[in-house]
Amino acid sequence: MAIETNTILICAGGACISSGEESCLSALKKHISHYSLEKVVKIVETGCMGMCDAGPLMMIYPEGVFYKKLRVEDMERVVKEHILKGRVIEDLLLEAPKSEGKILSPMDHHPFYTRQIKIATKNMGVINPLSIDEYIAHDGYFALQKVLQEMKPDEVIDTLKKSGLRGRGGAGFPTGLKWELTRKEVGDKKYVICNADEGDPGAFMDRSILEGDPHTIIEAVTIAGYAIGSNKGFVYVRAEYPLAIERLREGIRQAKSYGLLGEDIMGTGFSFDIEIRIGAGAFVCGEETALIESIEGKRGHPRVKPPFPSQAGLWMSPSLNNNVETYANIPSIIRNGADWFAQYGTETSKGTKVFALAGKIKNTGLVEVPMGISLRDLVFEVGGGIPNNKEFKAVQAGGPSGGCIPNHMLDTPIDYESLKKIGAMMGSGGLVFMDEDTCMVDIAKYFLEFTVDESCGKCTPCREGTKILYQMLDKITNGEGQPGDIEKLEELCRFIMETSLCGLGQSAPQPVLSTIRYFRHEYEAHIDRHECVAKVCRPLIRYVVIGEKCVGCTACARVCPVDAIEGAPKKVHEIDPEICTRCGSCIEVCRFDAIVKESP
Amino acid sequence: MVADQELQKVEEIVQNTIHNQSLEEGDILINCLHKLQDHFHNFIPPEAAEKVAEILSLPKSRVYEVLTFYTMFSTKPRGKYLIRFCDSLPCHVTGGKEIVDFLKAELKIDIGETTPDQMFTLETTGCLGLCGVSPVLMINDTFHGNLTVEKTKALIETLRKGGASS
Repeated sequence: MAIETNTILICAGGACISSGEESCLSALKKHISHYSLEKVVKIVETGCMGMCDAGPLMMIYPEGVFYKKLRVEDMERVVKEHILKGRVIEDLLLEAPKSEGKILSPMDHHPFYTRQIKIATKNMGVINPLSIDEYIAHDGYFALQKVLQEMKPDEVIDTLKKSGLRGRGGAGFPTGLKWELTRKEVGDKKYVICNADEGDPGAFMDRSILEGDPHTIIEAVTIAGYAIGSNKGFVYVRAEYPLAIERLREGIRQAKSYGLLGEDIMGTGFSFDIEIRIGAGAFVCGEETALIESIEGKRGHPRVKPPFPSQAGLWMSPSLNNNVETYANIPSIIRNGADWFAQYGTETSKGTKVFALAGKIKNTGLVEVPMGISLRDLVFEVGGGIPNNKEFKAVQAGGPSGGCIPNHMLDTPIDYESLKKIGAMMGSGGLVFMDEDTCMVDIAKYFLEFTVDESCGKCTPCREGTKILYQMLDKITNGEGQPGDIEKLEELCRFIMETSLCGLGQSAPQPVLSTIRYFRHEYEAHIDRHECVAKVCRPLIRYVVIGEKCVGCTACARVCPVDAIEGAPKKVHEIDPEICTRCGSCIEVCRFDAIVKESP
Repeated sequence: MVADQELQKVEEIVQNTIHNQSLEEGDILINCLHKLQDHFHNFIPPEAAEKVAEILSLPKSRVYEVLTFYTMFSTKPRGKYLIRFCDSLPCHVTGGKEIVDFLKAELKIDIGETTPDQMFTLETTGCLGLCGVSPVLMINDTFHGNLTVEKTKALIETLRKGGASS
């Protein structure tokens, strides 16, 4: 047997694939075989390595050298220089955050990685998600074995209760308690459900976990089956995640062939089966009762609670429903014990949380950090700050059900209670960052547009109320707001929250309330002075040529799609506000910064 | 109109879904619709949906309500390339609006419409979970991230020339 000299890990997460991982991989393989290195260089396609904006990513062992932004034409150098000659390729290395040069191995030296503690995502980017052997080599299925052979179901539940694990999908309900409630229910048949209908815009940890480490979920769902007394589990995955579905399906097949799923698991007499259910594009199906309806093959309409799913869920049987990230923590908790898990985090929020960083932030991607970390550290240390020297304005936490957090609140520790206190929520952990160029009224309107689209239409406050909220916000951004509109908005928001049937409607007004709370002056500027501070709302802005800067190059006039710009060569140009559609093409082409936006 | 031969195929697909999968009772419908949509290239003709109702002994209204509730199913034919544009916040704050405006102008269609030559259908989708490389769109089953207007233009041109979507 040949001895392998190098192992190349290449990130095959969804984001890296969309930036060209597959063509890089085939080029890499070509060059490897060109030099007949197939036997000594092992290539592993892993799950998400986290730093999505720098993708496609690659890590080469034994040194652990990390290369970013790979292109097909770089692959020859990787083989010729790095593998054959042992020379590091400088220009593919990651930059240090404060321009201190390049970083060879960021896992030990870059704050994006050094601030992380990986529990739910510990195997992501490390193992080949399609190999059950690699999963087992990383302590996989040991927790299942421990549970089935050494623990009673009540002991499993006790461990979870002691660990302090809370639901990672939104509301933060104590997981151990949920399991206990479902276990106590009497029923011929019980079901375990894994909610992988991750719809919150800006959250992608569930997708990445399923893509990068599907066996963790299979193991955890099986443990849940043993603990609550069920023999059947369902994983409900969104149809928007074809890769996650494919890898989970392969994982289930492998687990069955190893006797870790199916009849008489490990000879213990416990049988458990998992089926995948695929959604079809409906945000409301992330709500647990709507999800249950959808698994049953119906429209995703939420049910009235109580009865809760733990009492009467899938086909009216007691059902346990947790989200992907919650499950991903469980094997580690069982293996290492409740106290080990509880050492991380704060008094009420134990362990770690995976956050998805998106929007206007330097390092976009996935990070897993201990609960209680301050938002400031997350933005400026882990996230690397705001790109293009812009000012941080706000971060939207918890998607359309959450709220925005402004600059002066950045020292808030991230845990369930603190976020709730300031009008945001943990949600699923999606964080969308916004800079000074973002209009907060526009953002609120944007979320409402989303809710209007996704409201299932069953209850009136949500169906009609969100539509009226949207119309009011639309008027304000068009400069047609009236004094008193803000108060009307607030009143309607409270009404919708109090009277809607399910979580979607109850939380839909949150973005409006939280933007009013922290950015009331922007609403007032839109209404009173017809001014959009961030210069985003098109009806409230004008494009103007600065005479002193314009050299009359005609570039803007040529690009204007509606011929709103007049001016002869070498003469100062002028924009006709009546014709201008505020498309912004002229600003983009002007090389002299001679065009600016004005409001009002 | 769907030919009898095609309806035969519908029967086959539905029966396969019933028999080949260990599906619990009651959740066959959405699975069947997914398979049929794949078969008919991105849409489900009304005749096929009626056939499903007949085979599964469900009221037509039940099939119709499910078919029209979920955004991924369509009762109208879609183009050869189904462009699903992500209209979630992360894509919005990183310049998604310019991309969708460009697509509308370039293809001369609005959201939900198909070009007269049946090449492109433009739709929006919920978050694709690729926010790290936003703005993002999905063409048939392939994702494209870190989009700019130029990149999108190049993509459309490749497709027009008959290239693959990736």
